[in-house]
Amino acid sequence: MSFSNLTRRGVIKTGAVAGAGLALPTYLSAAAHSGFTNAPTGDTVTLGFNVPQSGPYADEGADELRAFELAVEHLNGQGDGGMLSTFSSKALEGNGIMGKKVQFVTGDTQTKSDAARASAQSMIQKDGAIMISGGSSSGVAVAVQGLCQEAGVIFMAGLTHSNDTTGKDKKANGFRHFFNAYMSAAALAPVLKNLYGDDRKVYSLTADYTWGWTQQESIQAATEAMGWETINDVRTPLAATDFSSYIAPVLNSGADILVLNHYGGNMVNSLTNAVQFGLREKQVNGKNFEIVVPLYSELMARGAGKNIAGIVGSQNWDWKLENEKGDRYKGTNAFVKSFGEKYGFPPSQAAQTCYAQTLLYADAVARAKSFNPCAVVEALEGYEFDGLGNGPTLYRAGDHQCFKDVVVVRGKENPENEFDLVEIVEVTPAEQVTYPIDHPMFAGGELGDCNPGA
Amino acid sequence: MLSLNKKDFGLLLVVAILTLAAPIILNPFPANSGMAQFNAGYPDLMQRFVIFGIFAIGFNILFGLTGYLSFGHAAFLGVGSYSAVWMMKLLSMNVIPAILLSVIVAGLFSVVIGYVSLRRSGIYFSILTLAFAQMSFNLAYSVLTPITNGETGLQISLSDPRILDGANAPSYPNLFGAQMNSAATVELGNWIFTFSVGYYLCAVIMLAAFYISIRVFRSPFGMMLRAVKSNQQRMNYTGLNTKPYTLAAFVISGMYAGLAGGLLASMDPLAGAERMQWTASGEVVLMTILGGAGTLLGPVLGAGFIKYFENIFSKINDNVLHGWFSFMPDGFEDFLVTVIHPFVGKGWNLTLGLLFMLVVIFLPGGLVEGGQRFGRVFRRKDRNAGSVEADAAKQRNQTAAE
Repeated sequence: MSFSNLTRRGVIKTGAVAGAGLALPTYLSAAAHSGFTNAPTGDTVTLGFNVPQSGPYADEGADELRAFELAVEHLNGQGDGGMLSTFSSKALEGNGIMGKKVQFVTGDTQTKSDAARASAQSMIQKDGAIMISGGSSSGVAVAVQGLCQEAGVIFMAGLTHSNDTTGKDKKANGFRHFFNAYMSAAALAPVLKNLYGDDRKVYSLTADYTWGWTQQESIQAATEAMGWETINDVRTPLAATDFSSYIAPVLNSGADILVLNHYGGNMVNSLTNAVQFGLREKQVNGKNFEIVVPLYSELMARGAGKNIAGIVGSQNWDWKLENEKGDRYKGTNAFVKSFGEKYGFPPSQAAQTCYAQTLLYADAVARAKSFNPCAVVEALEGYEFDGLGNGPTLYRAGDHQCFKDVVVVRGKENPENEFDLVEIVEVTPAEQVTYPIDHPMFAGGELGDCNPGA
Repeated sequence: MLSLNKKDFGLLLVVAILTLAAPIILNPFPANSGMAQFNAGYPDLMQRFVIFGIFAIGFNILFGLTGYLSFGHAAFLGVGSYSAVWMMKLLSMNVIPAILLSVIVAGLFSVVIGYVSLRRSGIYFSILTLAFAQMSFNLAYSVLTPITNGETGLQISLSDPRILDGANAPSYPNLFGAQMNSAATVELGNWIFTFSVGYYLCAVIMLAAFYISIRVFRSPFGMMLRAVKSNQQRMNYTGLNTKPYTLAAFVISGMYAGLAGGLLASMDPLAGAERMQWTASGEVVLMTILGGAGTLLGPVLGAGFIKYFENIFSKINDNVLHGWFSFMPDGFEDFLVTVIHPFVGKGWNLTLGLLFMLVVIFLPGGLVEGGQRFGRVFRRKDRNAGSVEADAAKQRNQTAAE
């Protein structure tokens, strides 16, 4: 290689090209912007639903998507209106959002942060989505929430249970309706103490990412406070499908409780492995060996089949809530009815939180009378509402987390049908699971300022 | 010009014009039409086109010239991303130090891996690189989590030190203040074109990378690499030590991968372990072969092709399909949707796989060969020429095929 043929003309030409190249960014950044990112101009408004359609959380993703479609139908005044009739706010009139018809685009997060961000980017940049919702993995939710903050759109988190989503990774443009690991642990601990006593040795398997880490931390803190001992905690990769090699060491560890911090396909597989290894029939330290799954859903119960019988866990919501626990949880039956009529089976907790989030966003826009993300943030912060199936709920201003009752459930021994697999053990009131904003498990992040983008 | 012969300079010029005008070329359909679904001219996807173009150009320097098939290049991409994000966390949100460090770290990393892997050739080399990449993935995924943040991915946060940035510095990756995500939107009737800073930075870097790749291809060094591909043993017998050449090629392509990783992180400040997974390594092999291994333009075409499928075809869901076929009778519409459904949306991999098979079977030289064949159809000489001209065309086509 030789660069020796330097001529005056060549130098000038190269210099001009390089100069133009360097000047380009300055020109571009000087462009005029108006208002906020993706301000809806026509008579429609586009929402982006970013859910896992492949990977270990695909079942949850499919159910979320059903709920989103139902929510859009109801917002546009089609169908029976679902929870719109029980929702405490009456700002929504079934004519879209502020008279604009709601359209939506979907994407596949593949349960990978990278793919999820690419998909969300294309919704924002190409399809003009003004709000992104979805999730099903806290890693993805945290990643997409960060992206939405930078792009200047609202992120209404779907199924994400890690403390970090509204803890150290919280963002001003992000909101979470779903409960979190701390709340699960706080609700579960007293129930576990009642059932299994206060002298137990715990072995836990934990999905190796933000959700698993924080749930393990929360459960450990809550159970050790009541006298249990944690013997070992093993991290398992999210992409794992066979957990036999992780279960085998449990047998001789001296533990008498196995905590599975797994979700979706992971949990179905690890629980099945654990049952196959005969853990349920084992006696250790003179006590029955027990398995606890701190977070599980009806979908996972269906996947795990009869292995779920007797397993204790927590849920954000259950479709039987209003029937069994009364009028406090109104909205539940209305939602189950319209979901059931459209799809032929009851919704999961993932579906409920996504449906509620879509309604909450639309309602916030309607109350703020603006699509501007900052106006929406203001409308949602500190907002108290009812009638979305969870009882009275508060969207706390300091961390954008919803505070509501937590459902503790147990797998039914003799289910009547394939949708009625869990029974509600207890509903823990919101006050018992509320924590201060500066709680150490949530410390380290700051909301920052809302970003309207452009 | 620029020490290139006329043909190469022409190629560089064409690529330059295409990349710089990409925001217009890739948005051929009006934004309110049904075909807008197929528009690819939005910044994030265009950035991916050129970034993965850089990745594939670098990979082609190794695979196309020396014939060494590395199955572990994603490791360098990932390492580049992590270094870039760390730079943005510690030093400054300016992308220059981030990109520089990503290239340097990926280069050092590839020296180590290359030194070990290049002791073997052929399938053993491929397996060694695959093993190293898988090792790096697992390290990033579950061992070095304090550095990589595991599955969640490394992100920037407001509380990072950023010692070079002042109090009012932008909180988003920028080039001396011009933020990567800032863009100018031009509306021409129903057409909307977005010109973003991030894309043009990537495009300029890609052009530089492409230029360097042409120079490598045409240099004595490149000739030596081709000799390694055609018969390494003979070279060794003549007393030439090929190791420094192959190692140099390996490191150069590793640095290209690191550059691509650094750019990915600069456009979107996040680094996840899945960037290092073996599927990502396989993807760049696909890109290079699909476009045409050993050709200058092929890898860029292949990268664009795959990324287009991944981002556009995967977003065609049943609703969209029903929209397209709504003019047909109900039963027939549902039937068509059922038939097409497995090939779009989450089934985009299936379509891509089929196309890949077709290309490999019928166009072994990749898309570039397809273009050449297509071009020949329209050359007068090849169709209805006198005997002498036809012979000349035949000869030329033969040389082109080699």
